[in-house]
Amino acid sequence: MAEFDRDTGAATWPHELYDLLRRAGVTQFAYVPDAGHKVLIDRSLADPDAHSIPLTTEEEGVALLAGADLGGARGVLLMQSSGVGNCINMLSLIAGARFPFLTFVSMRGEHGEGNPWQFPMGQAVAKVLEAMGVICLRAERADEVIPTASAALTMAFQSGQAVAVLLTQKLIGAKSF
Amino acid sequence: MARLNRIQMSALPVPVLDRRQAVPALIERPQDYLVVAGLAGTAQELTAMTADAASVFGLGGAMGAAPMMGLGLALARPDRRVLVVTGDGELLMGLGALAAIAVQNPPNLKIVCVDNGHYGETGNQDSHTGLGVALDMIARGAGIPVVCRIDTAADIPEGRRLLAEPGLAFILLRVTEGPPAKIKRNLQPHVARDRFRAALAG
Repeated sequence: MAEFDRDTGAATWPHELYDLLRRAGVTQFAYVPDAGHKVLIDRSLADPDAHSIPLTTEEEGVALLAGADLGGARGVLLMQSSGVGNCINMLSLIAGARFPFLTFVSMRGEHGEGNPWQFPMGQAVAKVLEAMGVICLRAERADEVIPTASAALTMAFQSGQAVAVLLTQKLIGAKSF
Repeated sequence: MARLNRIQMSALPVPVLDRRQAVPALIERPQDYLVVAGLAGTAQELTAMTADAASVFGLGGAMGAAPMMGLGLALARPDRRVLVVTGDGELLMGLGALAAIAVQNPPNLKIVCVDNGHYGETGNQDSHTGLGVALDMIARGAGIPVVCRIDTAADIPEGRRLLAEPGLAFILLRVTEGPPAKIKRNLQPHVARDRFRAALAG
């Protein structure tokens, strides 16, 4: 499939990613809204067979996915890099109980960022996730997203690991200010 | 000396119920539910009430997790009744969860908050509810469709009735200070996860 829609110029990977997650049995999509996740959020809202779960803060999503696993369901947490910091202690639930965990983090505070407020957390994302036992995979280019997500799905739901896919600012594009 | 504002607006009656009687009186058959029990008193008493049943996932950390774990579980298993039993301290740590849960409105989820107005595990400091914060009003404002407050033994039958009915409900059980029922429990969370899932898979 082409990386960009021929008519609109929009990236096609977000739609492919949603389809991939659904084929992998993901039924719970938890998120704090972010422009980088717009397609996944909209797709989940329109999907009669999935739960679209807006959160008030990101750590709610960590606990939600643990509960989903207790019930035998699969979910993903969609958040921006700033939200990673809100999850830290709640990730002790994932590490301690060995819950599978999969999150997609849209990155800010890196490649070309124009808002200085985004740097402290953006630059700390991989360090704090790894400190809490979450394996980080990075997608830098559109053609890397689906292979990286496929790898992460296997690692999380077959091997029971906690995995974050960092959708980098190079991939998503820096917001202009 | 620093003084904390005792909030007057809610004018709640002084708690009189002992949790060791009130929790089992409200939740008569905990084994009928998939239970997520919060840190720490409620995890101890639900474990004790069920003789350490596999269907109870009790937290020993990750304070604040219980309500949202219950939501994930309720959405995953619409065929089963899910019960979250949590304390005032844990609920106060993540009040936004009530809003997130109300927006989903799962009909198979009940939330019981055992509110003793204190942080019982850490030296019995006043919690915000002990200073007058009204969690039932917060739950109602968050959009939980059925909210019930239990102050006395006379209120318990109404709570039992709401637990038995379908539909998302929040029950605030106000109790005095004092220890919960206790049992020695395994604090290894991965053991609790594995046996919960194994029991559910049947």
